[in-house]
Amino acid sequence: MMKRFGIALLAVAIAAGASSLTAQTVTSGLRGPTPLNDEGPAPPMTPMRNTSEREVRNYPEQPPVIPHSIDGYQVDLNGNKCLSCHARARIAESKAPMVSITHFMDRDGQFLASISPRRFFCTECHVPQNTANPPVSNDFTDIDTLLSRASPGGRR
Amino acid sequence: MTTTADEPDEGMKARRGFVARSWDFARELWQVLIRPSSVFGLGVLVLAGFAAGVIFWGGFNTALELTNTEKFCTGCHEMKDNVYAELRSTIHFANRSGVRATCPDCHVPHNWTDKIARKMQASKEVWGKLFGTIDTREKFQDHRLELAAHEWARFKSNDSLECRNCHSADSMDITKQSPRASVAHQRFLFTKEKTCIDCHKGIAHHLPDMRGVPGWQ
Repeated sequence: MMKRFGIALLAVAIAAGASSLTAQTVTSGLRGPTPLNDEGPAPPMTPMRNTSEREVRNYPEQPPVIPHSIDGYQVDLNGNKCLSCHARARIAESKAPMVSITHFMDRDGQFLASISPRRFFCTECHVPQNTANPPVSNDFTDIDTLLSRASPGGRR
Repeated sequence: MTTTADEPDEGMKARRGFVARSWDFARELWQVLIRPSSVFGLGVLVLAGFAAGVIFWGGFNTALELTNTEKFCTGCHEMKDNVYAELRSTIHFANRSGVRATCPDCHVPHNWTDKIARKMQASKEVWGKLFGTIDTREKFQDHRLELAAHEWARFKSNDSLECRNCHSADSMDITKQSPRASVAHQRFLFTKEKTCIDCHKGIAHHLPDMRGVPGWQ
């Protein structure tokens, strides 16, 4: 008897919870005020950051971001548009940074004469940047800031 | 013309006969053409010639214009399904202002003599159409480098004339360009060191296998 009452209570609670969820407008940075069971209007697309100025890496291993637009750049079996500026033999003319020497290494650490096939598709790691305002704030702290702190221990 | 005992070949004899007959016909025609008309007045002849000339020239020009449209180019599936389909996603087809380039804007020279020369070259494309040189996607891919190389060579030799029909270096406001584009245009375009096609390959259609093409990997 007690068990059956418990199940009924649970059912009522779930129903009430569900209806209040659908009625509620959850405001989040990403969704905006659109209810969870609706699809809001797509935000307008913002242009690519196109300054061509190199950006600081957030941590040493970060693949450098692409500070220019790459619309229509073909990177496939037939050719790699990125390499027509960033290849070793092209940087004298283009003044673009050369593809890192690590990209010539195969997975066994052996250096090849040209870009290793596993590093051929640039946008797997390197991405252009959008001019959009981040909808979610970020309290990332650079390692140099941590290292140069006067007293050890966390800020948080 | 006579046949000698040294040439007893029957076929040869027949051909000679044909040549001789053609020659006679040509001579007769010439005689008609150089003699003054005994039936038509000079005014009638001049007017008829004038009218025929207008009709001939008008027809020629109409045919020329008709074969110089995107509708005509994409009438064949070879162009419609390959290069035209590829063009549609590029900035020369879809862009913010809605100004777009059609096939002949880039691929047929605009001034008359060059246009006629290109049209005469295009007779080879008719041959290709008749014999199905690129009638499948695979065949087209196999010929892609050769076809692209023809266009690159043409743009290189005429200093990218068809690009410059719309994109004038004099009208380029480099302050409105991205820093990268502005630097590159000042260094290479304004100094005439390079022409448009040297850097802007594959902007309207997909690229062929670029191995061995200068500036590519």
